[in-house]
Amino acid sequence: MKGLFRASLFALIMVFVVGCTPGTVRAISGVAGGTQDPRSAAAASSIPVHPATLTVLAAASLTEPFTEIGDEFEALHPGMTIQFNFAGSQQLSQQIAEGAPADIFASANQTQMDVAIQAGGVKPGTAHVFVHNRLVVILPKGNPGQIHSLQDLAKPGLEIILAANAVPVGQYSLEFLQKASQSPAFGPAFEADVLKNVVSYEENVQAIVTKIALGEGDAGIVYTSDVQKADSDISLTIPDALNVIASYPIAAITYSKHIDQANSLIEFILSAQGQSILEKYGFIPAAS
Amino acid sequence: MAAKRLTPQLIKELRQVEGPEDQDAETRSLRRSWLKKQQQNLWRWLSIPILAFILLPLGTLLLRIPPGEWLANLNLLQVREAFFLSLSTTLVTLAVTIIFGTPVAYWLARNKSIPGRILDSVIDLPTVLPPAVAGVALLLAFGRRGLMGGVFDAGGIQVVFTPLAVIMAQTFVASPYYIRAAMVGFTGIEEELKQAAALDGANNWEIFRFIAAPLAASSVFSGAVMSWARALGEFGATIIFAGNFPGRTQTMPLAIYMGFQLDLNVALTLSVTLLLISFIVLMVVKGLLHGEWR
Repeated sequence: MKGLFRASLFALIMVFVVGCTPGTVRAISGVAGGTQDPRSAAAASSIPVHPATLTVLAAASLTEPFTEIGDEFEALHPGMTIQFNFAGSQQLSQQIAEGAPADIFASANQTQMDVAIQAGGVKPGTAHVFVHNRLVVILPKGNPGQIHSLQDLAKPGLEIILAANAVPVGQYSLEFLQKASQSPAFGPAFEADVLKNVVSYEENVQAIVTKIALGEGDAGIVYTSDVQKADSDISLTIPDALNVIASYPIAAITYSKHIDQANSLIEFILSAQGQSILEKYGFIPAAS
Repeated sequence: MAAKRLTPQLIKELRQVEGPEDQDAETRSLRRSWLKKQQQNLWRWLSIPILAFILLPLGTLLLRIPPGEWLANLNLLQVREAFFLSLSTTLVTLAVTIIFGTPVAYWLARNKSIPGRILDSVIDLPTVLPPAVAGVALLLAFGRRGLMGGVFDAGGIQVVFTPLAVIMAQTFVASPYYIRAAMVGFTGIEEELKQAAALDGANNWEIFRFIAAPLAASSVFSGAVMSWARALGEFGATIIFAGNFPGRTQTMPLAIYMGFQLDLNVALTLSVTLLLISFIVLMVVKGLLHGEWR
């Protein structure tokens, strides 16, 4: 018996070791993909708008408008259920790369959409820009840092909260600082001075909004669409010349089992109705 | 021994007495011993699912990154910063926990009153609450505009987004593990021992120093190590309360989380490092507990 036990333990280890070599993993996933694709394609072609549950992976900044869009779409198509997973786009693209079950990916920038495309989760050329967003500086109530202009962000001793550079809004923020440093109104030291004031690189835009609303920082850079939900009444607009216009691409996920339904939801988001919901929450419609 | 204990030999004898004496006795006893072995093995077989479930992911982590690459990555700035920040903050946390946790454990171990029991449960709260709750609670209590924010502000002490916040988050989440273990150790000491020492003229401190502390040493030591390991793995409270700034508040778990989104190599290197440290520490502790301490 002891021998049998040892033999089975050995077999287990072998399965484990073999299973972990990349070649085998690829072969296994290839087989899985092969059996899945025709089935889902057949299902999609025979029943075009069949009720289904769609899982949408969407950038954290889309939380409010997408929740409303989901409700509207469910009302228009009885039987459809839309589930959302809101997180930092960089996290979502990694989830897609790992094959997380999902039907649609709405990213806050092209970089993370490209990550999903490279991982094979999105077919190249199928992603559409569906909405734009702009950056804005938010300040907590009472403006403890006495920030009255964008230049004030460079004042020493401030506490500024940015998003990590893996997060789209964090990347956009750095682009804004670079642009400003090239402008004579700010001076070349502006970017470095502002970065010296950064106390935290948060992992998503919502965390910045909450921490500024709690007064934990003197300023944060977020999207204009976040200002409406932020408790702070004060925000500093960033002029167009320095601002970064964020473009949000959306696409159906290649391994979705409900491609047709996913496409009709994307069409709805691109329609006048979907765009007006996004506009209501401070986003810039894709057409403008 | 008046009452016979049910030893395997005794069971065997009893069975042999019960068994009818036919010619198949030998085959029967063979089958019986096979069944018995099977029964003993049963526990091993039943252990496989959960052992495999725990070992597979941990093993995969080790296989995903070649040792050479792991060593080379240890030199990455982000990895080094996170490693040393984690090391220094957890050591401070450990010291704070032992200094301030031991009196709590010693006091509560002897306190059987109702308020004492309530406190006993309160102490355990941080271990059952999600660390995110701890982070929010800390932020609301010690944040700039938190309940105690004014006190720190008046003293010119910045808490949130500093290593101090990291230490506070770790202490909040990890110290109950130490207090719990030390309390169990102190509770196990017989009152008579302490009374005898008191009769011999020992004062309170001497009773603690020469009776309670040595007798509870193994519990206290293993509690300290478990609490240190918990502090090393702290994530949820830290990212909310201390934020994420490389070299200042980005501990190893935070660097792993951020690394997973940006640079998988950083995440893997730190994961393997944490895995190895934790394993070595656990082995050393168990070795000490079973060897020198007993």
